[in-house]
Amino acid sequence: MDTTVANTGTEGKTWGGGNKPLGASYGKLMMWFFIVSDALTFSGFLAAYGFSRFKFIKEWPIADEVFTHVPFLHGQELPMIYVAFMTFILIMSSVTMVLAVDAGHHMNKAKVTLYMFLTIIGGAIFVGSQAWEWATFIQGDYGAVQTKGGNILQFGEKVMVDGEEKFKRISIDEFAVTIASERAEHERKNGLWFVTEETLPPYSVEEIYKGLEANSNILVRNQIINDEGEKTVLSREESLRQIKENGKLVVKGANLVVNEYGTSLFADFFFFITGFHGFHVFSGVVINIIIFFNVILGTYERRGSYEMVEKVGLYWHFVDLVWVFVFTFFYLV
Amino acid sequence: MAHAHKLEIFQGLLKFKSNTQKIWGVLIFLTIVTAIEVVLGIFKPDVLMHTWIDPMEGGFFATLYNIILSPFIYMKPLNLIFIVLTIVKAYYITWDFMHMRDEKSSLRRMVVWTAVFLICYLIFILLQEGGYVFEVYNTEDALIKRDF
Repeated sequence: MDTTVANTGTEGKTWGGGNKPLGASYGKLMMWFFIVSDALTFSGFLAAYGFSRFKFIKEWPIADEVFTHVPFLHGQELPMIYVAFMTFILIMSSVTMVLAVDAGHHMNKAKVTLYMFLTIIGGAIFVGSQAWEWATFIQGDYGAVQTKGGNILQFGEKVMVDGEEKFKRISIDEFAVTIASERAEHERKNGLWFVTEETLPPYSVEEIYKGLEANSNILVRNQIINDEGEKTVLSREESLRQIKENGKLVVKGANLVVNEYGTSLFADFFFFITGFHGFHVFSGVVINIIIFFNVILGTYERRGSYEMVEKVGLYWHFVDLVWVFVFTFFYLV
Repeated sequence: MAHAHKLEIFQGLLKFKSNTQKIWGVLIFLTIVTAIEVVLGIFKPDVLMHTWIDPMEGGFFATLYNIILSPFIYMKPLNLIFIVLTIVKAYYITWDFMHMRDEKSSLRRMVVWTAVFLICYLIFILLQEGGYVFEVYNTEDALIKRDF
């Protein structure tokens, strides 16, 4: 095999194709080119997210109120904790990857195997965590009413916490009144067979309004961010009026069409960007598994170089690099 | 195969004995940076929640002043800190985990300058446009009504 490409008789000459001006092999160079183009794809998404956010800067959802859940700690509001854990897992798996690359340079097969294995585990934990994050986001927690203009009205009450007046969210399940209704979900067996209907919302706006009327402590807040950086809470009369006149649909959770946390664009970008990143992590794990088995089989030992581990490592670090930016722009800023 | 690693970080302030040690050192550094971000994100100190400088009014030089100091005028200090720390993290991931520190400067510039230039340009045009659309929606005589 050596004779096929290696010797062209131009080694050492500046022009002629025999030298490597960038000091990197073909494969590594191509991986860098791929990373540059992929980085531009991701920055296109994130810049589009920034565009939409600047467009609706006064009403964008506040991330700390959206991502508050941690597994096994049900009902507690702990923003940032879970996503910090996810970030740490990904950085940690980056470290094991670079240790595998380092062990590869020393031709230490046992160590490469071990570190590749740990990297795969880290990646799998991250993808699993992201699935849980998605599930929680889709399920939603408090529910809200969408207005005719597509805005979101949320419910809560004012409570005193440490001498400070705070707005505490209340779930629609706690106060909605059930009214017997004739409206049944349309199915193929009880209606037209050629049309289908989405699942009906848990409550009608009428039921929410009756419940709101019966509980005088509950107030409505809209999406507008005030000078203190909080969402505007309406007065009691205004709350009732808004729901009665503008309320159109009861929403719980988020999907690509509605979003109980605020602008539906927020959910769209969340699904799209974290989904695209999650897909990168998933494919990274798959590639890592392939390389892991190649290492075990001794492919690179026979080839005399573990450069393949290095190339895959570049991709894996890139995935980590992207997450650092997603973390900042979705959860921090 | 000779692999020469540059073993110092922070402009030579910290020098490690081996590549493995450097990796762990960088991990500790990245963990500290992330921890700072998380703590700031949870507590949100009041000092950092409002801009420190107000935009200047009127005239060419006032506009120039606003443009040059725009990160301090139009951005909360907290968000500015987050973005700077993110770039710091990105630098160490690229330079030490992806071994950019050990590559030839021609390769480094080819990758980094291209990406940084294009990304900065993209961010600039899209955010500028987003801010403009916001103005259109929110002027006194805006013809678009969204609050209903």
